[in-house]
Amino acid sequence: MSIGHTLLGLLESGPRHGYDLKRAFDEKFGHDKPLHYGQVYSTMSRLLKNGLVEVDGIEAGDGPERKRYAITEAGITDVGAWLATPEKPEPYLSSTLYTKVVLALLTGRDAADLLDTQRAEHLRMMRVLTDRKRRGDLADQLICDHALFHLEADLRWLELTAARLDKLGKAVGA
Amino acid sequence: MTTLSPPPTAPHESRAPTPPGLVGSWLRDLGIGLRFAVAGGREGWFRTLLTAVGVGLGVALLLVTTALPNALQGRHDREMDRSELRYGDTLDKAADDTLLFTRVDTEFRNQSVRGRMLQPEGPRAPVPPGLNALPKPGEMVVSPALRDLLTSSDGELLARRLDYDVVGTIADDGLVGPGELAYYVGADIPGASPENGADGRIDSFGEVRTDRPMGPVLVLLVVVMFVVLLMPVGVFIAAAVRFGGDRRDRRLAALRLVGADGQMVRRTAAGEAFAGALIGLLIGAGLFLAARQLAGQVRLDYVTVFSHDLDPSLLLVLLVAVTVPASAVAVTLFALRGVVIEPLGVVRTAKPSRRRLWWRLLLPVAGVGLLYPMFGQGDGNGDFNQWMVTCGVVLILIGITALLPWLVEACVNRLGGGGLSWQLAVRRLQLSSGTAARMVNGIAVAVAGAIALQMLFAGVEDDYVEPTGVDRSQAQMVVSPRGDSSATEGLAETDSRLRAADGVRRTMPHASTWVSAKPTSEDSEAQVTVGSCAVLGLMAKLPSCRDGDVFAVDGESRELAKPGTKLYFEPIWGSDDTEAPPWTVPASVRAATAVEDPMGNITGGLLVTTGALPQEATSTLRGEIYVQIDESVPDVREHVRNAAAMAGPYTRTYELQATQVDDDFRTVRKGLFIGATCVMLLIGVSLLVSQLEQLRERKKLLSALVAFGTRRRTLCLSVLWQTAVPIALGLVLATVVGITLGAVLLKMAAASIAVDWAGVAAMAGIGAGVVLLVTGLSLPPLLRLMRPDGLRTE
Amino acid sequence: MTPAGALLTARDLRKAYGPTHALDGAEFSIHAGEIVAVMGPSGSGKSTLLHCLAGIVTPDSGTILYNGRELSAMSDAERSALRRTEFGFVFQFGQLVPELTCVENVALPLRLTGAGRKAAERTALGWMERLEVDDLKGKRPGEVSGGQGQRVAIARALVSGPRLIFADEPTGALDSLNGERVMELLTEAARSTNAAVVLVTHETRVAAYSDREIVVRDGRSRDMERAI
Repeated sequence: MSIGHTLLGLLESGPRHGYDLKRAFDEKFGHDKPLHYGQVYSTMSRLLKNGLVEVDGIEAGDGPERKRYAITEAGITDVGAWLATPEKPEPYLSSTLYTKVVLALLTGRDAADLLDTQRAEHLRMMRVLTDRKRRGDLADQLICDHALFHLEADLRWLELTAARLDKLGKAVGA
Repeated sequence: MTTLSPPPTAPHESRAPTPPGLVGSWLRDLGIGLRFAVAGGREGWFRTLLTAVGVGLGVALLLVTTALPNALQGRHDREMDRSELRYGDTLDKAADDTLLFTRVDTEFRNQSVRGRMLQPEGPRAPVPPGLNALPKPGEMVVSPALRDLLTSSDGELLARRLDYDVVGTIADDGLVGPGELAYYVGADIPGASPENGADGRIDSFGEVRTDRPMGPVLVLLVVVMFVVLLMPVGVFIAAAVRFGGDRRDRRLAALRLVGADGQMVRRTAAGEAFAGALIGLLIGAGLFLAARQLAGQVRLDYVTVFSHDLDPSLLLVLLVAVTVPASAVAVTLFALRGVVIEPLGVVRTAKPSRRRLWWRLLLPVAGVGLLYPMFGQGDGNGDFNQWMVTCGVVLILIGITALLPWLVEACVNRLGGGGLSWQLAVRRLQLSSGTAARMVNGIAVAVAGAIALQMLFAGVEDDYVEPTGVDRSQAQMVVSPRGDSSATEGLAETDSRLRAADGVRRTMPHASTWVSAKPTSEDSEAQVTVGSCAVLGLMAKLPSCRDGDVFAVDGESRELAKPGTKLYFEPIWGSDDTEAPPWTVPASVRAATAVEDPMGNITGGLLVTTGALPQEATSTLRGEIYVQIDESVPDVREHVRNAAAMAGPYTRTYELQATQVDDDFRTVRKGLFIGATCVMLLIGVSLLVSQLEQLRERKKLLSALVAFGTRRRTLCLSVLWQTAVPIALGLVLATVVGITLGAVLLKMAAASIAVDWAGVAAMAGIGAGVVLLVTGLSLPPLLRLMRPDGLRTE
Repeated sequence: MTPAGALLTARDLRKAYGPTHALDGAEFSIHAGEIVAVMGPSGSGKSTLLHCLAGIVTPDSGTILYNGRELSAMSDAERSALRRTEFGFVFQFGQLVPELTCVENVALPLRLTGAGRKAAERTALGWMERLEVDDLKGKRPGEVSGGQGQRVAIARALVSGPRLIFADEPTGALDSLNGERVMELLTEAARSTNAAVVLVTHETRVAAYSDREIVVRDGRSRDMERAI
């Protein structure tokens, strides 16, 4: 999962303090492990260096947490590209995919499109595996089948999420 | 919840419920079935209704059939009540309680009209049933049907003939049926007596009640007819009970899934059938009551029945009410015997054991065995044992339902080759030959029975249908003036009236009397026929003829007809005061050879031209006029009858017929034709229902086949083959069994055995026609089912 | 929009059953020898799309071109003839004639085109061998397992040498092992004869045997290749 892209996405709805960012992240994605503040700081400084965010203002007081960040045009483009690129189908993608879907919903991008793209990528992978399975020996078949079953599970999740996009949109938008 | 420990059981549940007894479980499962039947949603209702309507139709037919004997009895009773027949001596003298009656029946456009001319001889003269008082001279009381006819424009010709004042109508108890045409007319003819015009003198109506027993052969006919008509109804009811069977089986499988055992579902199925049969009984009763109500307006060959006559006996009604639901249960259980209902579906016992022939043959053989002892009994006066006849015929006919599945299986398994539609049909028949056989069972039984009856009729026809030997080209009607004192004048007057009537081509008046060698003896009598040369020429080949000639026709009267012999006209034996008019045979008498006259009679004795007859002899003559009519004139017969009626009240008119059919016999045969047609149509209904049901079952498959690009024609043809093959086999079997049964029955009636091929063809034709009709009617639904929508599963 | 050289293309298909719009502007195309999976949730209109493409159901509007010929312009007889000669069909179940033996079922399409019984059954047996069900030839459909029955059905779909096979949930009634085997045999046979396959399924593992995927949602189709 890319924390950088996630934080960038969160900034798309408006400039925030680093601390706000952490809180928003924890609230929406960090259910089991909250983000360390240090992680936010180092990520933001990397994004600053790459020109994807800019400092919108610094409030009086001490400590870096007073900085307010805003996303740049380049940052918006980067988030868009990230969301549009399907993840490499591999097991346990769900947290990344979930983050992507929520961000797409939050930033008003087409989440269904995102899911479909991912779905096509998964199916392409499954086709490759199916093909390899057909040519390979028993060991190949078993390995491919293992992967295929995991991919199938992901695909089911994708389908289910696609069917529940409206509900999810309401939940995260609130 | 992941705990694997069993849930704690409540103390009151730990005790196992006591298993219900056999009766209890029967009642419970029947109850479930009943509830299924009425609460199974639209589908369940449809199925139940299908069965109920089928059973209802059958029950209605059963009730009508069982009511018929009562109806006939009612007609017979009233017929007897108004009869003028009497026991013992004739009443010689007029008294204040006597009545003179004359039968003045007539016919109007092939309907007979019962007429009686009544002349009371005193104030206490009897009044016939249905009348309050005797009509006065010149007045008449008519049946409602006759009243309607007389006042309609159709009855104008008849009104001219019955030119009396209508003063009332005959009540129901004076009529055999509501549609009967009858009238009583009052008369006051001076000098009328049983010796002079009137038919008789009576002092009461309905004195004689004859229960004329039917001849043994007629009994045989009637018994066989009832069996033949009722058997297919039974088969039909059995089929109706199984309507929608496949769907029901699936529902039963669902019951198995929730824990019902094999016996329970069987009883549940029986309960469903029971419900259908019960509702069917109600529908049947309703249909019967409706039919009974309509009966008053229905006429079969001018026979009408009062609604209140159509009452089946209570015993028969109870029998129907008990037998129908009971057999519904029995048939269902029997049908399920080869079926195993598993929780996940219905399994028909995988390979049904090959059908065996021997026990199937036992049934008809046993039937013939029962009938065999009665061979030849129709000849003498021996009566048939009705129970043995019934059982024998039933066994032979049931044999068809047993033999047909075997025959269909045996034949279908040998079929092969042919086009695709043929292949589809044959394969289907091979897989379910039983279903196919069941479908045609009813038709086969009906056809076999009808063929047998037809043969029996044709075989005994000689006894009942008398060829009258009438040459209808010369004359078509005969008019005989009667009872008039001046016979020749009456004859001449009638003749002139007839000649003036529309459509009369030629009249042939002649008269006859008797001569004897002695004035007071009946010995050595000879017939004398008097007429013009032209008329006498119809009765014998005359060498030549002029008025005044006398001819002696060959025969025993030759001796009497020697020239110079003194003869007496109408010698009155034992009589004293009057003297028979004498006559001497003239020397010019010549021999002539008799030929059949237009009536088919051979005239013997003397043929005397009008001019050769002594004047004194004319009073002894009885006249008769042969009438040749122009058939192209509409209502020509009615004109002749009207003209004859003008000549005098006693004048009778007859129509010459090539054969004279015994009335009983005619009624019986009509009944057979009507009954057979009704029964076959009824069976056609059940055929149609099961056909549609099968098609609906195959909806998905049919749609799939159409998706492959199968031509609809191929599928339609295969449906046709599928019906035609078992029907053809059924008809062949029915013909064989029918002819066998017919031959056996003829043997019993001691008539010569001849196959009435036309009758066989007609009955088989009706059967085949019904099948074609059914196939035709099932084509539109088939075409609809073949639409691709059938592929949709949602 | 129509890919050049497509065997079958459909544009803007609409079909309503009463108030429900089974198809609401669906698009489709397939090339010779291509295997295209049609996926989507239940009731999305996949089967209706297949029925329209195969000329079984006439759409309310839209065009379907097969080899340059407009399907809706053909008569029912012409479309039937097309289905007999050019198309093959595999359904989920209920497609084998229960009273015919397996070999007779496979020979059915050939018999429909007028072939003699002997010749048709000889060809049919050849296909049954390829699908490893030749030992079932004398059995009736009721006596074989679901997987065997589907293989018989595939043999039947292939027997007339169709250019396009329509398969509607061919593995719907099978377990995964049997389903995989059936799919392997179907795709192999189709590829070896260069027959295109329209494969309607809701199982991704089955769809993975295809070259390309179309998703139908609410009567609208979506070509997944072009989405990327």
